[in-house]
Amino acid sequence: MSDSAQRCAGAFGSFRGGLAERLVEKLLFICALSSILIVFFIIAFILKEGIPVLALGPDFFFGMTWKPGQGQFGVVPTVLSTFIVGIGALGIAAVIGIPAAIYLAEFAPEWLRALIKPSVEMLVGIPSIVLGFFGLMVLVVFIRDNIGGWGECILAGWVILAVMTLPHVISISEDALRAVPRTYKEASLGLGATPLQTIRKILVPNARSGILASLILGMGNAIGETMAVLMVIGNPNIPWIPSSVLEPVRVLTSTIVIEISYVVWGSTHQHALFALGVILFSIVAVLNAITTALIRKGIRTGCR
Amino acid sequence: MNRGEVAEKLVKAGLLGAALISVAVLLIVVAYIVLKGVGTINLEFLTQAQYRFGRGGGIFPQIIGSLGLVGVCLLFAVPLGVASAIYLAEYAPNNLVTESVRFFVACLAGIPSIVIGLFGLVFLVYYLHLGVSLLSGGLALGFMILPWTVRASEEAIKAVPQSYREASLALGVTKLQTIRRIVLKSAYPGIITGVLLGTGKAIGETAVVLLTAGSGLESFLPRSIFDPVASLPVYVYLLATTGNTSEQLERAFGASLVLITLFLLMSIFALVLRDRYFKRMRGRGGG
Repeated sequence: MSDSAQRCAGAFGSFRGGLAERLVEKLLFICALSSILIVFFIIAFILKEGIPVLALGPDFFFGMTWKPGQGQFGVVPTVLSTFIVGIGALGIAAVIGIPAAIYLAEFAPEWLRALIKPSVEMLVGIPSIVLGFFGLMVLVVFIRDNIGGWGECILAGWVILAVMTLPHVISISEDALRAVPRTYKEASLGLGATPLQTIRKILVPNARSGILASLILGMGNAIGETMAVLMVIGNPNIPWIPSSVLEPVRVLTSTIVIEISYVVWGSTHQHALFALGVILFSIVAVLNAITTALIRKGIRTGCR
Repeated sequence: MNRGEVAEKLVKAGLLGAALISVAVLLIVVAYIVLKGVGTINLEFLTQAQYRFGRGGGIFPQIIGSLGLVGVCLLFAVPLGVASAIYLAEYAPNNLVTESVRFFVACLAGIPSIVIGLFGLVFLVYYLHLGVSLLSGGLALGFMILPWTVRASEEAIKAVPQSYREASLALGVTKLQTIRRIVLKSAYPGIITGVLLGTGKAIGETAVVLLTAGSGLESFLPRSIFDPVASLPVYVYLLATTGNTSEQLERAFGASLVLITLFLLMSIFALVLRDRYFKRMRGRGGG
């Protein structure tokens, strides 16, 4: 009697449990889909708001003047400035970051690594507004006093963005260098090559897709970065194509932030700012896709 | 040979120098903000509201506003992120659905924050009529850190040794209970680490908050989640770019110092926690 009662209770329990389990699984599945949903919503809403100006076609994509007051929304100077600022920052980050990654992967004693790695990780997260404020107070003043110009310029943007890009370049390049099979290195050293020759001829060439990936990802981050760069590059009233690194410029992100604060909602100007958002999103998406492809390729060659 | 050795030493020194630059930059920025800001910090600064566009008063509403925004953001992103991670790590077969979820999580992580701000503005503020408010700002920040909570939780859950689950299942415990009592209990330090790192990112985020939460100068506390709210980063931005008196700059430095202190506390706590957690997991998993 008690035996069958127990069995009965057990069956009931597992039935109830089974239902709850399936319900929870469905619920978790819906939660997992939320990220997909959010990305679709973002794309849909930004595109929808941008379309009235994207539809201008060549006047927007190849237009040379951006004068919202006169209904001119040419995007060329802004996009060009964005790339100038992004590529320059990347150059500085590469010159510092790749050697730093080589040192961390090959030479650093454990205690030094334990000091450098966390500070690199923290540098990634340091609020960009604080970095921008530091840039405005120190870097801009330094450039104005010692190099010339207004101080708020492309060069200041390069340095600040290089600082923000550096951690990405260092961590991904270091991972790529570490992924090169040990046997390659040992074979090279065994043949009598010096450590430096081994690094130059074996390690770096074998890690190159990972290193390239870190650079392109860094560039995506630099182009999408907003506050720090906004505070140091000057933002002239009309976007132009600069002729020297000491001139102020306007980039996509800074234009959006500055003009969205006074734009009339529903005006062509507002749609133009969302169209800038579409361009920014597209550039960064392409760069991120290239990064992912390169990292995948790096993993494949590393395994071989 | 001798010349070669000298060259090697030089190159090694150069590489070391490059590696130390990142440490130096971090130290210099933090030291500068501390030196410039520490004079402004006192009880009045931390507990009063600003007046006359930041020429006087303190940053109390900004501190509370930033904490409130992060609170709303975490309430949205943590349950959703952890739930997604449980599904990905424990339930999902490796198929097209999970592949695409992971792909879109990576996509979301790659979207520039200003684009998320624009989305928050058009979708939350205008389309859903939530207005420029604590709720809009918190949700927009939530969209931003959701990918981090998903990834960190998934990694933490996957780091729990398979033997724990098998032991629990073998004792006749259901899968759901195993996940709740065993897996999540073992994984929670890793999840907290990810959440803390996300929080550090959210609390310093300016562009998103500027577009969706408020002007930064509000000198009152929000009475509901539908009120606009001040925040530290936006306040720093306004004072730093439009302020021209020394009082305003002093207050911008003070607010930066409070912001960076909150950020550093969270990061250091997260890194320490992660270090311990992974040591413990490795120790147990191996033994």
